[in-house]
Amino acid sequence: MALSTIGGPERKLSIGRKLWEVNWGLVLLVSLVASVGFAMLYSAAGGSLDPWASRQMIRFGVGLVLMLAIAVIDLRFWLKFAYPAYAMAVLLLVAVMVFGTIGMGARRWIDLGPFNIQPSEVMKIALILALARYFHGLTIEEVRKIRWLLIPLAMILLPAGLVMKQPDLGTALLLIMTGGIILFFAGVRLWKFALALGAGLGTIPIAWQLMHDYQRRRVLTFLDPENDPLGSGYHILQSKIALGSGHIFGKGFLQGTQAHLNFLPEKQTDFIFTTLAEEMGMAGALTLIGLYICIFAYGLAIALRARHQYGRLVAAGFTGMFFLYVFINIAMVTGLVPVVGVPLPLVSYGGTSMMTLLVGMGLLLNVYVHRDLQLPRRLDGGLG
Amino acid sequence: MQRNDSDRYKVFTRRAALFGLGQAALVGGLAARLYYLQVIESDQYKVLADENRINLRLLAPPRGRVLDRFGVEIATNRQNYRVLIIREQTDSVERTLNRLGELIRIEDWQRQRVLREVERKRKFVPVAVADNLTWEEFARINLHSPDLPGVQLDVGETRDYPLHEITAHAVGYVAAVSEADLKEHGDDPLLELPGFRIGKNGLERVYDLHLRGRAGDSRVEVNAYGRVIRELARRDGQAGNDLVLTLDAELQRFAFERLGELSAAAVVMDIHTGDLLTLVSTPSFDPNAFNVGVSRDYWRSLIGNKMKPLTNKAAAAEYPPGSTYKMLVALAGLEHGVITPDQRVFCPGHMVFGNNTFHCWKRGGHGNLAMVSAIEESCDVYFYEVSRRLHVDRLADMAHRFGLGKATPLGLPGERNGLVPTAAWKRAVRGEPWHLGENLSIGIGQGYMLATPLQLCVMAARLANGGFAVEPRLVRPGGDLEDGDDLRTAAERGVPSLKVSPASLKVVLDGMKGVTLSQRGTAYASRIKEPGMAMAGKTGTSQVRRITKRDREEGLHRRKDIPWEERDHALFVAYAPVEEPRYACAVVVEHGESGSKAAAPLARDILIECQRLDPSRRPGRARFAQSGDGGRGT
Repeated sequence: MALSTIGGPERKLSIGRKLWEVNWGLVLLVSLVASVGFAMLYSAAGGSLDPWASRQMIRFGVGLVLMLAIAVIDLRFWLKFAYPAYAMAVLLLVAVMVFGTIGMGARRWIDLGPFNIQPSEVMKIALILALARYFHGLTIEEVRKIRWLLIPLAMILLPAGLVMKQPDLGTALLLIMTGGIILFFAGVRLWKFALALGAGLGTIPIAWQLMHDYQRRRVLTFLDPENDPLGSGYHILQSKIALGSGHIFGKGFLQGTQAHLNFLPEKQTDFIFTTLAEEMGMAGALTLIGLYICIFAYGLAIALRARHQYGRLVAAGFTGMFFLYVFINIAMVTGLVPVVGVPLPLVSYGGTSMMTLLVGMGLLLNVYVHRDLQLPRRLDGGLG
Repeated sequence: MQRNDSDRYKVFTRRAALFGLGQAALVGGLAARLYYLQVIESDQYKVLADENRINLRLLAPPRGRVLDRFGVEIATNRQNYRVLIIREQTDSVERTLNRLGELIRIEDWQRQRVLREVERKRKFVPVAVADNLTWEEFARINLHSPDLPGVQLDVGETRDYPLHEITAHAVGYVAAVSEADLKEHGDDPLLELPGFRIGKNGLERVYDLHLRGRAGDSRVEVNAYGRVIRELARRDGQAGNDLVLTLDAELQRFAFERLGELSAAAVVMDIHTGDLLTLVSTPSFDPNAFNVGVSRDYWRSLIGNKMKPLTNKAAAAEYPPGSTYKMLVALAGLEHGVITPDQRVFCPGHMVFGNNTFHCWKRGGHGNLAMVSAIEESCDVYFYEVSRRLHVDRLADMAHRFGLGKATPLGLPGERNGLVPTAAWKRAVRGEPWHLGENLSIGIGQGYMLATPLQLCVMAARLANGGFAVEPRLVRPGGDLEDGDDLRTAAERGVPSLKVSPASLKVVLDGMKGVTLSQRGTAYASRIKEPGMAMAGKTGTSQVRRITKRDREEGLHRRKDIPWEERDHALFVAYAPVEEPRYACAVVVEHGESGSKAAAPLARDILIECQRLDPSRRPGRARFAQSGDGGRGT
């Protein structure tokens, strides 16, 4: 607040000044969580930096630079960039259906030679930006009118539908829920959520009845790709055994038998939380959850500190998505929800989600740096 | 605009509060779930985690050896040199097999099997390429092992019967555990062990528990794919006990080779201890073949052989004892006072009883005969007369006393009871009263009479030892090797007496001596000429097929062209030496036609060899004695 000049024109801050403004507490938290990940990847490889921990560190280092770069770029650039980014993401989603590389039975990647691009990940960020920009321009009265909601609903459902076609139900649901969270923060009436939820649930049995047997089977496999007893049932059972045998303080670092003897599936990716809870026990698991709670709190605090609706919605939207990742992953490995491939943010091995999350973190920091910016509701007037 | 934004901000803060609450609830749910799994249910999951990672592996104990009375190995465990291949350790299984094929012979079907199995099994599981390699082959592979990636050499144990066919019937064999075995004694976890072998026949079966030993176990940590990571604890099992037999492997071999191609059985027994020195049945089979699984061709050749190689003819086959039974008829006559040793019976060559004529084997008849001569010359009419004077149950009583009609205590698998008819037996089985006329057939060991060669040997032993109820045994009591010290007689050993008067016994034994030593004796040609080794005995020729009157008139019953299966059995029982007897012997040659011509020479040669080796007086060889006390030679 000290840096803001109330009612004054937008100020130009130097890059150095902006870096100083970055919320280093949050950066520290993010680094701490990522370090927990390094440690667990080191353990999962049987006490070796190879093959996971070292590569994860490099990715994190690159991602951290990217995050800071995004944080210091003028927020108005991101505001202007929101719709083009969204349009590009939709185009990429369409492109992936045409040119995409098939992997694990789904078309998700576009091969660009040196690296692959996963359009659904781009869309996760683009959707937040686009919705935030849309609602930034609406008054609270307008938000409460249904006709103003048709466009954002289409903005959510179009990419969700494309992603579902890939097929990637997990990401599609994540997009819908993230969009829903932004609508929620924007002030859409609660009864509309209740109605949407009811309608959604109501159509399931009807759709189910209309489907052929083979379609139903396809949907079941779609929902739960390994729905045989030795598949997902086995994974969840082994995960629960690992968690339960960890007890309060765990078996000790590098001592997790379930993970080290490979009873635990995907121990370095989706089930890394289990690896942690087996070796560090409930104490370790709760500590990590505590770190995540701090990140959620920072995220919401940044949203609340922002003096413009755009910043608030970007911060809250990303925080909401981050929370969804954490919650779904932990609920999945503890057997509360079916196995859907959602990684544990910043901890699970994997470059794509790491980049997406650090870009999101960059935007969150960006909102913090530009929290006192004056942004008119009508952009054509205010932005120069 | 400012006012408008503060409206939006107000809504936003409210929603943020709501969102925070929702988050708190969900995170609280996760924490509760963790508490439930990691604290409340923890014990259960700890057990499951250990069950996951710890495997109990049974360690098969080495099976006890079977030794002869001097410590010669009859059944032992041979090192089985095997070569295995592990897929994950080689770039190309085929290339490794090709190189291996330059060192040892690998048949095409073996190669196909290995390639198939390697694909089916997990990549770290060794697959057997060949086993029972010779030491040279094993060493050759070992030498070239740097050029053979993925090849693993392994020394396992497999049951080995170094005497092959010679001891097959007495010792039996081991084979894979069957469903029936599991049902019968399935409480031992060893039986579930893949590749475990259980005694299936003979002494291997009777003494299976003695030989088997107790399982050890090893707790190993395994990973999710079953690969062993390390051993956590190991409890060694207990090796099976050795079994020391009464057999003399050398005599056994001699008897086996002497019987040769015949379908025959021979039993030699120490008349004072009951030690069976030889128990041979021919033709035989190789017990080693059963250990690894009999090949179809070998099995067919065994099953298709009319001489029934799988049957233990010494104990599991019954024959009419024929004239070898006459000693007991004579004894019964003497003991019940229906005849005296000197009372003569006239033999005109036949006896008419009721509507039937009973013939003597000698067409012209023997004329007047007293008991000793009647035994020497095996006069049938004499014994028709003696048995006619006796009640069938009195004949049966004497037979029972001398060990007929009931299986011996050996309890060998398939051992038969033989048959000694009584009046009660006939009523029960045939529903008819006994006819006195039937006594006449019994009197010459025909009719319903049946005995195993083993029983006949016991009979001869009990006659020779002065009427003591010695029982045959195949296992040395206490498991001691022969030391040649204990030469006490049956009487001195406290063997119960059969309560036959020595005077009666002497008459019968004199008859038996006459059989081989008197010129009129039926086995004079087979007498033992070696000084001090002379044997006494009794021939027997038992009919397989009733001789009809017409056969007799046409002279058919001795014709060479009657089929083998219908020819008479040849029997001989004997003991030696005649002074201070020590050994009894019984020989049965199936369809050998004549006891004196086919069986007596075999008994003679076996008894000569037996006395030459003199197993009861010869101390055990020291080197075997040492390895016999629990030491496990290889």
